[in-house]
Amino acid sequence: MHDRGGWPTDAPIDRTDHELADWELLADALVGALGNVGVMNVDELRRAIESMPPEDYEATSYYERWLFAMETILTEKGVLTPGEIDARLAA
Amino acid sequence: MRYRTGESVRVANRRHDGHHRTPGYLKGKIGIVERSHPAFTNPETRAYDGDGLPEQRLYLISVSQRDLWPEYRGAAADRLFVDVFEHWLEKAE
Amino acid sequence: MSDHHHDHDHSHAPISNGDEPLAARTRALEELLVERGVITRDDVRRRIDWLVSRSPADGARLVARAWVDPEFKHRLLDDARTAALELGLDPGPSPVVVALENTETVHHMVVCTLCSCYPKALLGPPPDWYKSLPYRSRAVADPRGVLAEFGVELDGDVELRVVDSTADIRYLVIPRRPARTDALTEDELAAIVTRDSMIGVAQPLAPTQVAA
Repeated sequence: MHDRGGWPTDAPIDRTDHELADWELLADALVGALGNVGVMNVDELRRAIESMPPEDYEATSYYERWLFAMETILTEKGVLTPGEIDARLAA
Repeated sequence: MRYRTGESVRVANRRHDGHHRTPGYLKGKIGIVERSHPAFTNPETRAYDGDGLPEQRLYLISVSQRDLWPEYRGAAADRLFVDVFEHWLEKAE
Repeated sequence: MSDHHHDHDHSHAPISNGDEPLAARTRALEELLVERGVITRDDVRRRIDWLVSRSPADGARLVARAWVDPEFKHRLLDDARTAALELGLDPGPSPVVVALENTETVHHMVVCTLCSCYPKALLGPPPDWYKSLPYRSRAVADPRGVLAEFGVELDGDVELRVVDSTADIRYLVIPRRPARTDALTEDELAAIVTRDSMIGVAQPLAPTQVAA
C-alpha cells in the first residue's frame, strides 16, 4: 500500500499547498525529538505507517499517519499503555 | 565494495514480508551502477527494534524506463535512478 | 515562516474543525511524553524552531553560487553536504546529500515513492503534492506527463532522469541557469531559484518574473 511507484492512477496532482498547522509541526517535532533521544527511529516510524490497514492509509492525512505511528511504536515499547491517550482526552 | 560503477546488476526478485526499501517496480530488473554510497544501517532490522547491523552499502543504480513500464511515454533514453542496498543486488550476466 | 512564534499553550494557526481531535491527541501525546521524562518541552521547542527556520532560500544559495563559481559547482557535485557547510548552511542529518545538475541534455526530477523523503534542511518542508499518492505513483511511471501538468515540456532529445529517494541519501536538483542573467548578482540569481526547480518539476524564474 505504501509502495506506490507506478500504482495505476489517473488522478491529477493537486498542487494546492497548505501551511502546516501547529499540531502538524508538533507531530513533526515529536518524531524528531523521539529520534534524538533514541526512543524511536525513522525506520520504525515508516514500518508502523506501513502497518496501517490499507483503507486507513489512503484516507488519513500525512501527519495523522505520523501520529498513528508514534502511538503504535510507543505502545509497542511500553512507553505508552494502550488506551491511555484516549483516557487522557476523556478526562 | 562488491559492485563497481558502470557494472550491470540485477535487483533481486525476492518477496520480503515486512519493512524493506526496495520498490516492487524494481524487483527483478537489470540496471547499471551509477555510484556507490557509504554503508548504512539496514532498515529491515532497524525497523523492528534491531540495531540494523551489519551496515550494508548503498548503490545508486539506473534502469531504462522502457524496461520498467510497458506503456512508458517518454524518450528512449529516459532512466530511473534508485538507491538500492547491496544485499538486494546480484551480478547480471 | 521564520518569525512565526510557536507557544505551546495557545494555538495561533487556524485549525479546521476536522483537525481538532488530531490536534488534541498530539498535544496529549506530548504531555504524556514530557510527564514521563521521555522528552522535554525544550527538546520539542528546539525541534520546532529548527523546522520553521528551514526554507528553500538555503538551497537557492547553493545553486546561485554554483552558477557563478565553476570551482564551487565542482565541489557541490562532488559532495553537496560539505559544500553546504562551506556556505554556512545546515545540510541536515543525512550523511550524504547529492546535487544533480540539469544540463542541455539531462533533466532530473526527484520523488520518494515509498514515503516522502526530501531534503528539508535545504528546501524547507515538502509541499503537499510531493507527499501525495498521485505524485508518488506517477512521477516514476509517467514523469513527462507529470512535468506537463507542472507546465514543463522537455525536448525529446533531453534525457529525463527520475530519482526515487528510497534510502538516507537526499537529492537536490541544480536547475539550468536561465538565459539573459549575466548581469544579475549572486543574490538576484538566488531569488530566481524556486523550490520546485530544485525538486525538478519547474524551471527557475525568468529574471523579469521576480517580484520587486
